[in-house]
Amino acid sequence: MEKKKERMRCAVTYAMVILFYIIAEGLIMTGHISSLMKGLLVPVCYYAILAVSLNLTVGILGELSLGHAGFMCIGAFSGAFFTQCTENAIPSVGLRFFLALVIGSALAGLFGLLIGIPVLRLKGDYLAIVTLAFGEIIKNLINVLYVGMDSAGFHFSTKDTTSLKLAEGGKVIIKGAQGITGTPRAATFTVGIILLLITLVIVLNLIYSRAGRAIMAIRDNRIAAESIGIDVTKFKLLAFSISAALAGTAGVLYGHSLSTLAATSKTFGYNMSIMILVYVVLGGLGNIRGSLISAAILTVLPELLRGFEDYRMLIYSLVLILLMLFNSSPKAVEFRGMLIERIRRAKKPAKEET
Amino acid sequence: MSFLTYLINGISLGSIYAIIALGYTMVYGIARMLNFAHGDIIMVGAFAVFTAVSTLGMPPFIGLIAAIAICTALGLTIEFVAYRPLRGATSLAVLITAIGVSYLLQNLALLIFGSNTRQFTSIVTLPNLKLAGGKMTVSSVTIVTIVCCIVIMIALTSFINHTKTGQAMLAVSEDRGAATLMGINVNRTIAVTFAIGSALAAVAGALLCSMYPSLTPYTGSMPGIKAFTAAVFGGIGSIPGALIGGLILGVVENLSKAYISSQLSDAIVFSLLIIILLVRPTGILGKKIQEKV
Repeated sequence: MEKKKERMRCAVTYAMVILFYIIAEGLIMTGHISSLMKGLLVPVCYYAILAVSLNLTVGILGELSLGHAGFMCIGAFSGAFFTQCTENAIPSVGLRFFLALVIGSALAGLFGLLIGIPVLRLKGDYLAIVTLAFGEIIKNLINVLYVGMDSAGFHFSTKDTTSLKLAEGGKVIIKGAQGITGTPRAATFTVGIILLLITLVIVLNLIYSRAGRAIMAIRDNRIAAESIGIDVTKFKLLAFSISAALAGTAGVLYGHSLSTLAATSKTFGYNMSIMILVYVVLGGLGNIRGSLISAAILTVLPELLRGFEDYRMLIYSLVLILLMLFNSSPKAVEFRGMLIERIRRAKKPAKEET
Repeated sequence: MSFLTYLINGISLGSIYAIIALGYTMVYGIARMLNFAHGDIIMVGAFAVFTAVSTLGMPPFIGLIAAIAICTALGLTIEFVAYRPLRGATSLAVLITAIGVSYLLQNLALLIFGSNTRQFTSIVTLPNLKLAGGKMTVSSVTIVTIVCCIVIMIALTSFINHTKTGQAMLAVSEDRGAATLMGINVNRTIAVTFAIGSALAAVAGALLCSMYPSLTPYTGSMPGIKAFTAAVFGGIGSIPGALIGGLILGVVENLSKAYISSQLSDAIVFSLLIIILLVRPTGILGKKIQEKV
């Protein structure tokens, strides 16, 4: 019975994504969509992937991470780097993009594992600040990194392009603060939706598996979970590195949807991590479908408010505060409970009469 | 000689971080929340001084007092409107609300003052100090900042240890439930904490912009994050910890800017934080909380 219910719930989530895809494609074909909205379709996909993957850490594992953009950054840069390096070796853009996705996700996952081992021992707010610090370190390091390639192999520098000492015909791939330019824009809406579906399959299957129940047990009570024999470190690391790898996937998608990829504080700084956290919290902690909906709405909302240009971020922040107050304030929760109770009572006598 | 200059500048920057970190650490210790909007109160304070001094032509000292008053009122309002209704909610909900408040302050400042960088005129008008027969110059702002930090630390410590309100703050941070039972007004105590933290943020904002004179609506966010790091570094909730954390952070940042790389200085500071937390998971002076089953 329980199993059936879970399956239903997953099916509804997948159906929602597919329906979104069909509607969007239909609108594109009939020309009922503005170019502005069309440009938002791929961002909706990568923000949704980011939100779902962060929900795995924050909602399911119950650890606050403020460095999700760091993993995204690793994925974006390693993916774009790979695509550029193998420009001559692998002529097919599609194949290169696919391999870049695999490599970017794997590398981000590996970093998640390496960082998770020491960091997951910390608790609550300390973990939050360390993950934030990690994200900033990644952004900083990429900003001073120069990598070039010529017939002799790779050249690294932390100064400028001339100190790379490239041979004739060599190519600078990562240009410090300017990042990577000229990556083929292989990320289409269809690819984005497929990646989103894969992400959902991975996350939902994890949640409803034995491992997922162990992870949620750790979230609810670590000591109780430990005492019935759950390996806390192992499951924490599992959830954290999968979450990091999926953020890497979103990063590769992001890197291949822009012609210029640079690690500024706006794209990969803590502001980005916080924005994704906002999606997760507004969608509901541990609620995957909620993350999808809030990521889609909050990506489109600032663009819809473009008419109010000056006021849009102001409105956005006010909406955020009011939503949080309405959603989480003990008084508001009590009031909502009362309202639901009253509606129920009003309905009951009506039923008895019939 | 240049090493000494970098060191003194580092201590001065660290003093500013320490003053900001006090706001974080006190609010965290007493209300158990990360006040992400604290950095933006610094920005509001700096803009208040800027408006009072550069636009209205008031003397710097009066401008500073006005900024302190404005920031205190702002801190109290934010606490009353946004944080008090969420008392008892999950800490994550409060964190997101604080982020919302931070965005709100930034965008209000953007609307009122525009995104142009303003040139902040230093509030310290004393002449620079020449040491070692004129070989080394220490700017007056640097010295005033360090003195300010020392005065604030002494005043705050004696306030907490020797007044009733201060003792109430200690009691609330120790055990909120027990403090309520002892007849302490928890809401009032938390409001006082916010008022003090915001007043300090105004001072920090004025000093920060006197040292680095460019002012934008985003001026407060990075120093805010750094000061938060400093608070965690020293052990969040501990007042001497905020001082130590701030000083270490400022000195390390300035020295690495001078000797290693100006672009990598943030990365070095944050790496140091991670290393410290791995060795001492609750910061340098943080209390180890025994977990009860």
